[in-house]
Amino acid sequence: MGRRERLAQTQSGAEGIQSLPALLHRNATQFGDAPAYREKEFGIWQCWTWAEAAEEIRAIALGFLELGVAQGDHIAVIGRNRPAHYWSMVAAQMVGAVPVPLYQDSVAEEMAYVLEHCGAKYVVCGDQEQVDKVIEIQETLHQVKHILYTDKRGMRKYDHSQMNALDDIMAEGRAGHARFDAELDQRIAAITYDDTCVMLYTSGTTGKPKGVVLSNRNVIESAKNSAEFDHLTRDEDILSYLPMAWVGDFIFSIGQAYWCGFCVNCPESADTMMTDLREIGPTYFFAPPRVFETQLTNVMIRMEDAGKLKQRMFRHFMTHANKVGGLLLDGKPVGFGDRLKYALGNLLVYGPLKDTLGYGRFRVGYTAGEAIGPEIFDFYRSLGINLKQLYGQTEATVFITQQPDGEVRADTVGVPAPAVELKIDESGEIHYRSPGVFVEYYNNPESTASTKDAEGWVATGDAGFIEESSGHLRIIDRAKDVGKMADGSMFAPKYVENKLKFYPDILEVVLFGNGKDRCVAFINIDLTAVGNWAERNNVAYASYQELTAHPRVLETIKGHVEEVNRSIAADEMLSGCQVHRFVVLHKELDADDGEMTRTRKVRRRFVEEKFQDIIDALYDGSESVSTTTEVTYEDGRKGSISATLQIIDAPVVAVTQHKVAAE
Amino acid sequence: MLDQSEGYVTEDGRKIGGVVMEMKNITLRFGGVVAIKDISFDIREGEIRAIIGPNGAGKSSMLNVISGFYVPQEGEVWFHGAKRPQMRPFEVAQQGIARTFQNIALFEGMSVLDNVMTGRLSFMKTNILQQAWWKGKAEAEETENREAVEKIIDFLEIQHIRKTPVSRLPYGLKKRVELARALAAEPKLLLLDEPMAGMNVEEKEDMSRFILDVNDEFGTTIALIEHDMGVVMDLSDRVVVMDYGRKIGDGTPDEVRNNQEVIDAYLGVSHD
Repeated sequence: MGRRERLAQTQSGAEGIQSLPALLHRNATQFGDAPAYREKEFGIWQCWTWAEAAEEIRAIALGFLELGVAQGDHIAVIGRNRPAHYWSMVAAQMVGAVPVPLYQDSVAEEMAYVLEHCGAKYVVCGDQEQVDKVIEIQETLHQVKHILYTDKRGMRKYDHSQMNALDDIMAEGRAGHARFDAELDQRIAAITYDDTCVMLYTSGTTGKPKGVVLSNRNVIESAKNSAEFDHLTRDEDILSYLPMAWVGDFIFSIGQAYWCGFCVNCPESADTMMTDLREIGPTYFFAPPRVFETQLTNVMIRMEDAGKLKQRMFRHFMTHANKVGGLLLDGKPVGFGDRLKYALGNLLVYGPLKDTLGYGRFRVGYTAGEAIGPEIFDFYRSLGINLKQLYGQTEATVFITQQPDGEVRADTVGVPAPAVELKIDESGEIHYRSPGVFVEYYNNPESTASTKDAEGWVATGDAGFIEESSGHLRIIDRAKDVGKMADGSMFAPKYVENKLKFYPDILEVVLFGNGKDRCVAFINIDLTAVGNWAERNNVAYASYQELTAHPRVLETIKGHVEEVNRSIAADEMLSGCQVHRFVVLHKELDADDGEMTRTRKVRRRFVEEKFQDIIDALYDGSESVSTTTEVTYEDGRKGSISATLQIIDAPVVAVTQHKVAAE
Repeated sequence: MLDQSEGYVTEDGRKIGGVVMEMKNITLRFGGVVAIKDISFDIREGEIRAIIGPNGAGKSSMLNVISGFYVPQEGEVWFHGAKRPQMRPFEVAQQGIARTFQNIALFEGMSVLDNVMTGRLSFMKTNILQQAWWKGKAEAEETENREAVEKIIDFLEIQHIRKTPVSRLPYGLKKRVELARALAAEPKLLLLDEPMAGMNVEEKEDMSRFILDVNDEFGTTIALIEHDMGVVMDLSDRVVVMDYGRKIGDGTPDEVRNNQEVIDAYLGVSHD
C-alpha cells in the first residue's frame, strides 16, 4: 500500500472522533494487528498490537473504577517512558479523569507543589524512588487516596493499605469487568471535544509552575494538522525517550501516535537510549540539539581512531556531502556528476554512518528547545537526514511554526504551522492564535488573562520577526532581554551569544550594550576544549586563570569574535550588536556564586552588578583591568580571587545603515 | 544478647530463620602462621552477616573456609544441619554457595552478558557435542538460561553494558558484574569479599542498595567481608569481629559498636 493510501485510510473513520479513547477504539478495530507499543525489556523488544494495547488500557480503566476514581479527578503519572505509563494516562481519560504527567527527576518539594495544586488523589509511580517521594509529600498533604506503581522492586515491605501494583489493579479490573463494563462505556461515551485531555505543568523559569489545561480539541486538532504537514502515516516508528511531562512527548507519543496509528517504542533504560535508537531506527524523530551534538562528537572522536584510509574516505565524502547533500535534500538542482558521486558516498560512507547513528530509516525529524549550531545542523542534513526545526510552546500544544520540507535553514524556525495565525506586536513580541491554544492555566485566572487575550491571541514572551524574503519566523531572544542600542537599533544579546557559543572553545558569553552605543562581551572559555588544545600544542598552564590569560588563547578567541562580527554585520536588523571589545573572564560563571541559575542560564542583572568594574573598563577604553572577585567554594566557604584582565579590541565591520527594531 | 535458638526478627521487620551454616572451633594454619584461631559462629537463613576486622585479621581466610576453598586443620563446618566433608569448589557451588572476589576475577575479554552466563554453568545439562551442534536442546537451554540472566541484568541495572567487554568497564561496574555472575547461580548463600573496596561514596551507596535488594527480593542469605565500618553497620543484621585470627566480638551492629575490645582493635590502645 502506498503512503498516500495509508494516509487516506488513517484519516478515514476519524470524523466525529472526539477523544483519545475513541481513537484507540478506531485503531484497535481498524488495524488491531499492527504494532502499537514496543518496550525493550530483558534484552528483547516486547510488542503490543493496538488490539492488545486497547485491552490493557481497558483493564487499567476498570481498575481505576474499582478504586473509585470519579470524573474530574486528577491522576498524576510519574515515571520514565514506559507503555504502562502511557496506558495509565489514556485509561484516566477513559474514566473521565485528568492525567497529569510529572517530571520524574523533580525533587519532593517541587512535586509537592504540583500535586497540591492539581489536587491529585491518585498517583501512578514508576518505581520505589517515586513512591518514596509521594509518601514523603503525603505526610503534609494528606490528599492522595491511592498510590499505584509499575516496578515492584523493593516494594514488598511497604504498607499496602493505600497502595497497589498497577498489575494488581489491572487483574482486579479484569476480574470485576462485569460490574464495571457498563459504567466504563458510559463514561467513555460522555467525553466531549472540549473536555480536558491532559494537564501539563510548565517548568517555569520564573515563579511557580503553571498547570496548562489542554482539551481534546487542542490535542486532536494539533496532532491532525501536524501529521498532515509532515505526511505522517501509521508506518512510522518513533522512539519515546523525552520526559513524559513535556508537551512534545505527549503530542508525539500519544496525540500523533493515536491519530496516525503508528508505533511507540520505549527504551530499556535512560542509559541504553543510543543502542535502542539504533535497533529501532525511527522514521520520525525528535531530539533537543544536545543529542545531536553528542552524537556528532562521538562520530568525530571515533573517526580520529579509525585507519588512515577510512579517515581519508570520510573526509573526502563529507566535503562532498557538505557541498551537495543539503541541496539534494531540498530538491534543488544538482549536476549529474555530483549526484553520482553522492550516490557513491552514500554507499561507502553516509549509509553506514546513518545506520550506526540509528538514522538509517529517518524520514522526518525535528530539533527544538534551544538554538542548534549551524554546522551540526548542516552535518546531519548533508547526510540526507531530513532534520528540521520547529518553534512551539506547551500553551500552543507544541506547534507554532514548522519548517516545510525543502525550506530548511539553521537560522529560522519555519512558517506558521497549519491553522496557526501569527502576529508580531510593536515591541517585537510574537503572538499566535490556533486551534491548539490552551484552555486555561488551572486555577489561575490572572495568569490566563495576562497570557491569552479575549480574541484567543497568546503572547509567547519571545521576540522575533518574520523574514520578508521567505516568510519564515526568526526568533531573536526572550522579549524581556531584548533592548535598544543608543541609536535605536535592536539589541538582542542571546542571538550574538549563541553564535559565539557554537565554537567549542567558548563555554559561556554575556553580551552588554542595552542603551549604549556599542556592545561589549564577557567570555568564558571551555576548559575541556581549550585544555585539550593546550595539551596538543605544548602550551603549559597551571590553572584555569592562567589559561584564560594565555596570549594564544586570547588570539584564538579574538578570531572567533571577528568571524561572528562578520556574520552579524550581514544581518540587516542586528548589525549593531557586533562585539567591539571583550574580556576572557578569569573565573567560570557559576551557580554557586549566583551568576547562573541551576539550569545554567546566565543571570544578566546579577552579573552586570557584580562585574561592574570590568564593564566600565570595557567602555572607557582602558587596556586592562585589575579586579577582585568573591567566589564560593563547594563547601560554602567564601574566598576571593584577584586578576588583571586584558581587554581585547575586536575588529568590527562598518555598517552604514541600521534598521530600527521591529519595524 | 539476642535469643538465637529459634531465629529472630530484625529491626525492619524481616524474619530471620534457623541456622544455615555453622562454624565450630575453626583453626586454620599456614605452616607456622595461625590465620584463624578457634573461631565459632553461625549464619542464619535470610540474614546479612558481616565479618569485619583490621587488615590481616583473617577475614578472607574465613571466607575461603566458608566457601570450601581452604580446609581448616581443626574444627568443623556444618551446612544445613550436616557436617560438610572436604569438597572441591564446583561441589560447593552445586550446594548453592556463590561468591565474589576481593580482586575482581572476571573473564576480561568476554562481554558482560557472557560473564554472567558463566554463572549459569551448573544449570547447563547438555554435553559438549550437543552444544557444538547447538540446534535443538542446547539452544532451548541457552534461551532458558538467558532469560534468567536477563532478569539479573535488569535487577542490577546493567542493561547499558550488556554487550560491552568487561575490560572496558570501570572498577565499580566490574564489581557489579561480579555480583551479577554470583547471582546467576541462584545461590542460597552468597559470599561477598569486600564488595565496596576501592569504591567512591556513590558507588558504595549503589552497591549497598543492591545487596539489600538481593536479600529482600530473593531472600538470599548473605555473608560479607568489609572494612568500611559505616557500610557494615548500616547493612548487616549481625557482625563478627576478628582481630589477629581471633573472634573478639559477635552480635548486632550496636552491640559490636559498644564492645571495648572492638574499639581497641580498630582505634588502637595506648601503650603506657
